[in-house]
Amino acid sequence: MSDKVLMKGNEAIAEAAIIAGCRHYFGYPITPQTEIAAYMAKRMPKIGGCFLQAESEVAAINMVYGVASCGLRVMTSSSSPGISLKGEGLSYLAGADLPSLVVNVQRGGPGLGGIQPSQSDYFQATKGAAHGDFHMIVLAPASVQEMADLTVHGFDLADKYRMTSMILADGTMGQMMEPVSLDLKVGEPIEKPWATTGTKLERFHNITNSLYLDPEALEKGNFDRYKRYETIEENEVMYEEYCMEDAEICIAAFGIASRVAKNAIDEARKEGIKVGLIRPITLWPFPKKPFKKAAEKVHTFISVELSMGQMIEDVRLATECRRPVTLVNRAGGMIPNPEQILDAIKNANKNGGAK
Amino acid sequence: MEFKRLTLLSGHYGSGKTNIAVNLAFEIKKRYGKVTVADMDIVNPYFRTKDSQKEFEDAGIKLIASPFAGSNVDLPALPQEMYSLVDKNTGHCILDIGGDERGALVLGRYTPYILEENDYEMIFVYNACRPLTSNIESAIEVMREIEIAGKIPFTAIINNSNIGEETTPELVLNLYHKAEELAKATSLPLIATTVHSKIFPSLENKVANLIPLNLQKKIM
Repeated sequence: MSDKVLMKGNEAIAEAAIIAGCRHYFGYPITPQTEIAAYMAKRMPKIGGCFLQAESEVAAINMVYGVASCGLRVMTSSSSPGISLKGEGLSYLAGADLPSLVVNVQRGGPGLGGIQPSQSDYFQATKGAAHGDFHMIVLAPASVQEMADLTVHGFDLADKYRMTSMILADGTMGQMMEPVSLDLKVGEPIEKPWATTGTKLERFHNITNSLYLDPEALEKGNFDRYKRYETIEENEVMYEEYCMEDAEICIAAFGIASRVAKNAIDEARKEGIKVGLIRPITLWPFPKKPFKKAAEKVHTFISVELSMGQMIEDVRLATECRRPVTLVNRAGGMIPNPEQILDAIKNANKNGGAK
Repeated sequence: MEFKRLTLLSGHYGSGKTNIAVNLAFEIKKRYGKVTVADMDIVNPYFRTKDSQKEFEDAGIKLIASPFAGSNVDLPALPQEMYSLVDKNTGHCILDIGGDERGALVLGRYTPYILEENDYEMIFVYNACRPLTSNIESAIEVMREIEIAGKIPFTAIINNSNIGEETTPELVLNLYHKAEELAKATSLPLIATTVHSKIFPSLENKVANLIPLNLQKKIM
């Protein structure tokens, strides 16, 4: 018997969440992530879980706040415009230090945009999901298997650091089908003494709250939180290197863009061009160290993105602008093709890092 | 495989309906000289028969699809031309129906004419590697939901058990019994097993009614 099954990326996220112990899903349909909700609607009632189609994205994220307060694993999912609506709730979750998993299967924007794949919510996910100083752990899968793996990992990290983990996928990752092993490793359960589980008259009651009218207390919350973020930046960075050993050109790409980039790298290697890839798996924390290290040996970086160029800024920061960083991009639901990337590689090879 | 005038393909989404529809279209075209493919999928805006538009045009296969299919408009509309399917002068047709009961809902408006003419095969495409239809009970549940939504009973099953590119001949052989069990439990004939043309030669004499499939193009 085969131990793999054939799944859509969206389904893999949903099943992995169930395996991770999530029994509460709140959402609102939007293409191209609707299969997550559809899958949960089928599965949750059969395993004693709760699937609820909320009246809006705003309602759904606040339901997440409620269940997270009770110390249970909970998630919501949406696509770009829907994530914008959830923004307020994401900030409240951060302010109350509540763990949750939020999935964004991105589509082209801005505005209502389109329904085809995009990576143009990179800034939103990594830098500015909503008001206030806060971060989310942002995980960027590049295969259906990683959709499953990173969902489980996202829940574990959320509990460990009491914050939101976001799966930042795109329409293609959500819709494509690949074989998946559902033999997933879930971390040990983490005690949540802060959860509102009832005092049983044995302790003072817990409150989950993000309102602090005393500025000194509010400031302390921020400093404490950023101390925790430092630990995460130190310990939780994930990335993949491909053909980087002897690389003179380094492509930066995540998610679906990295798959197209790998095809272009294989082609360029056939022509003797030494090009490699650093694929960030955690977009926050961003893998600064490997990029900084690469800047010592490569002469050019190429950022491949399904956006007008967002991650490129983090590549420049990580490399302290020591080498030129060029952009290969499509936007609005279009995907760069390998030829477009190959042309950029050839150009970089010809110029040899000259600005 | 014998073909009725109308070949209806339905099943759980991701079961492989669209790939089979595309391949059968070329087969029917070869045998009968004329075929119309109807992309009735209003559920999935991503992978669909309309993606093969160019190949169809080159082969002289007529495609009827939503004018919005594959565009960036998420509009569940079907063209008026779709009614030509239920006119027997149209000749052989393949109907690629969207996934699950939501996809089958649109079939309902054509069902009375299909039943009246009674020259159709309503095929359940079964992939035992899909987690929501991996056991017989859940597959039957999906079948019943589709039948109720489309107001038409299944008449046959095609076994398309696979896990994509990693599918081995062993996997096909090991999972064949599941399709047989489903056929037995529903008293429907198992009319074919479809496999990627890559592994077709190594299964040719081991599985009854085996059909090779060439897959739609992928870019990543």
